[in-house]
Amino acid sequence: MDMDYTLLILLLPLCSFLFIGLSGTKLKPAVAGIVGTLSLTAVTLLSYYTAYDYFSSQNISGVWQTLTPYNFTWLHVGEKLHIDLGILLDPISVLMLVVISTVSLMVHIYSMGYMKGEKGFQRYYAFLSLFTFSMLGLVLATNIFQMYIFWELVGVSSYLLIGFYYTKPAAVAASKKAFIVTRFADFFFLIGILVLSYFTQTFDFEALLIGDGSILSGAMGSTFIGASALTWAMALIFIGAAGKSAMFPLHIWLPDAMEGPTPVSALIHAATMVVAGVYLVARMFPIYIGFTPEVLQGIAYGGAFTAMFAAVIAIVQTDIKRVLAFSTISQIGFMMVALGVSTSMQLAEHEHGGLGYMASMFHLFTHAMFKSLLFLGAGSIIHAVHSNEMADMGGLRKYMPITHITFLIACLAIAGIPPFSGFVSKDEIMTAAYGFGTGMGIWMTITAGLTAFYMFRLYYRIFWNKEYEVHGGHLPHESPRSMTIPLMFLALLTLVGGFIPFGKFVTADHTQYTIHLDTTIAIISVVVALAAIGLATILYRKENDQPARLAGRMQGLYKAAYHRFYIDEVYQFITKKIIFNGISRPFAWFDRHVIDGAINGLGWITTRTSEAVKGFQSGSVQWYAWVFLFATLLITFLTILFTH
Amino acid sequence: MLEQIIFSILAIAIALFSVLAVTSKRIIRSAIYLLFVLLATAGLFLMLNYHFLFAVQVTVYAGGIMVLFIMAIFLTHKPGKIVERRTNLKIISSILLSGGGLILCGYIILRNVTRVYNYLKINEINMQDIGRAMMGTEKYQFLLPFEAISLLLLACIIGAIMIARKEKNIETNDNKDLDHK
Amino acid sequence: MGELIVNTSGGAPIPLTAYLIVSLIMFFAGIYGFFTRKNLILILISIELILNSVDINFAAFNRYLFPDRMEGLFYALFVIAISACETAVAIAIVINVYRKFGNTEVDNIQQMKN
Repeated sequence: MDMDYTLLILLLPLCSFLFIGLSGTKLKPAVAGIVGTLSLTAVTLLSYYTAYDYFSSQNISGVWQTLTPYNFTWLHVGEKLHIDLGILLDPISVLMLVVISTVSLMVHIYSMGYMKGEKGFQRYYAFLSLFTFSMLGLVLATNIFQMYIFWELVGVSSYLLIGFYYTKPAAVAASKKAFIVTRFADFFFLIGILVLSYFTQTFDFEALLIGDGSILSGAMGSTFIGASALTWAMALIFIGAAGKSAMFPLHIWLPDAMEGPTPVSALIHAATMVVAGVYLVARMFPIYIGFTPEVLQGIAYGGAFTAMFAAVIAIVQTDIKRVLAFSTISQIGFMMVALGVSTSMQLAEHEHGGLGYMASMFHLFTHAMFKSLLFLGAGSIIHAVHSNEMADMGGLRKYMPITHITFLIACLAIAGIPPFSGFVSKDEIMTAAYGFGTGMGIWMTITAGLTAFYMFRLYYRIFWNKEYEVHGGHLPHESPRSMTIPLMFLALLTLVGGFIPFGKFVTADHTQYTIHLDTTIAIISVVVALAAIGLATILYRKENDQPARLAGRMQGLYKAAYHRFYIDEVYQFITKKIIFNGISRPFAWFDRHVIDGAINGLGWITTRTSEAVKGFQSGSVQWYAWVFLFATLLITFLTILFTH
Repeated sequence: MLEQIIFSILAIAIALFSVLAVTSKRIIRSAIYLLFVLLATAGLFLMLNYHFLFAVQVTVYAGGIMVLFIMAIFLTHKPGKIVERRTNLKIISSILLSGGGLILCGYIILRNVTRVYNYLKINEINMQDIGRAMMGTEKYQFLLPFEAISLLLLACIIGAIMIARKEKNIETNDNKDLDHK
Repeated sequence: MGELIVNTSGGAPIPLTAYLIVSLIMFFAGIYGFFTRKNLILILISIELILNSVDINFAAFNRYLFPDRMEGLFYALFVIAISACETAVAIAIVINVYRKFGNTEVDNIQQMKN
């Protein structure tokens, strides 16, 4: 029951952040890296031990228990409402612990090689520690407000890390964009929290989620524009989740966030922070499923659309990190779909309503592994060829064998080829989607096919296609050991991840479930994936003009997709033209002319009056005496006039 | 009759030289006109039978203060220099105000001081009486104002020294470093 | 002006009013000088005129209204003493001003700083 060592998981990254951050450049870069990595190693080991401890001891008659080793009241807000800080352990938070610490450790080790010699190396490690701390705090939150606090902290550290190369205008713009867009979404999240807590008088997850829902009856009862307050609250909370998880139409920040260092993209924008939205929905899942299924359906449709939408864009992008970014958006769409298509909490032999929840978490886990592997692999490639563009690559398999093999494993995993981990988790999602409706199932199958296609397009364009053109007289070479070891470790996890009996650990109702494949759906998926890979092989394995001709034939679609369906332009139009010109301008005008004018007018009147009366205070004693005498005589005169 | 003639002479002298003292363009002449006014005033005191006041007026005012003025004028002005004048507007406004005041006050005096006051020709006041009155603390004796005036004199001495010294300090501060102190 | 003095003689040699009128003329001459002069020394001279006219009033009132007392005499004495002090200090200031500005214009010292 104890497990109080979990506090260390939070404190260690915080301490290393403070230590590295406050030491600044006084610390040698290597020392900063080692301190960060060592503390993260300890955190990782503790997380694994926590997972082991939790899953070996906290199962009472087949149901996983929820623990709160720490929970102290931080702020009192009124009589009933208080904000706590604490640690909550249940299957999904333990799962997230393992995911975050693993990926973060890999990124820490990888960065020692990747970021070597960069200016601000210490700062980089300080921010990494801050991010890890925030993310761990987010998943371990005992109440929704603590989650919100760490949610914002994650946003801040993401902002700091995207803008790491702060001398690059693109990085600065990207970090601002990421921060503003997610902050915009967080605003709705906050309103959702406030609405929810207004009616329930609590922030606490346990009070909110466990029980018969009587606590929610107040929120259920009152309606606002045709929906109950609870529906509104949950929808607003989902908007917050969508912002963080880059769901359409709030996805625009994620591709730009690739301006940050590649390991950061792997950690924050692939594996951990962007799935915080999924985690949030999973955390609030009992409320979604039990009281607001309409919001959950909306999540399913939104996720499905985002998955397809991002996949289509990913096909035509030429920057390898952008491809991966859109792939991430698409995969998070898969997770959202999986959550959205769930119809009940139960998951048992004959009741598959809760399958989606389990599938989503499983996919979150496997996706974190293979997507961070892909990003780190991409980082390794960028490190070797000093370019993000596919056109500068090709034929790299000869030069970078380890990167090549691990990248291939990750591609196979994301494409859903057995026995790699992605196959198993994606198959569960497919099963859940077909259970929801055949249309949804087919839609997701097509999206999965597109996924396989664009991943192998990427793979072939990098490692096969044309021969590598040597620039500047030096050949690309395999990355140093510090970079390849994380790659190999993650590849190993990707290989074996699918065999984890995930249903035993994480289900919506905390019971145990044995995963079994639905043969029909599995066969369909694999066939579609293989067909897509085959198509990609034909088009991209050797350099040829097929892709160009294809693009020429579907020019409109190609162009639109290449420009990401002009979503950014739409935002630009809305913000610049409508909000700036239509709303901000008049406000600015009002502010400048009416409010400032009033104030300036006051100032002007004061100045004028002062100018006018300044003469009275000339400092000329003679003038004072003149006025004095004049007044005296006047008074005397008047006195005489009126007394006689 | 003789008394009236003398008074008329003194009165005309005072009026004339007062106006000349404030209108003369040469500063030294102003000072001399002032001296005449002061002496004529001393004459008035004599006519009022205040011999001691007459003596003080002549020695302190006409003697001491006038010497100060003339010294100051010599220190700060070249001989025969014509002083600058105010603008016409200022002069006219001042004339109007002073003239108005003169008329107003004259009207008050002539209208209110209707009773013709006269005084008995008594002997001049003894110096002894003056000394007693100045040094006594009884009613109609003036030790307290006397002491107040003496304090004021002391303050003036100190003030004059301070003013003189301050300039020196500033000069030394300007010329030398403060660290030498 | 002489007319005033001559006409007010009603048996008694010189009436009080005559003294008051003389002092009044001196007083307003001083006032006029105080307003119009630019030179600090000339302003001081005007002030002396004003003070002196007060002396005449003190002495005359004392002699005419309370001939057996000496308040007017004493206050005239005190005024003389004070005007002596004032002149001494004022001339010290004037000389300082002269040292600083090279002249004794009153406009120099309108601002008390510097």
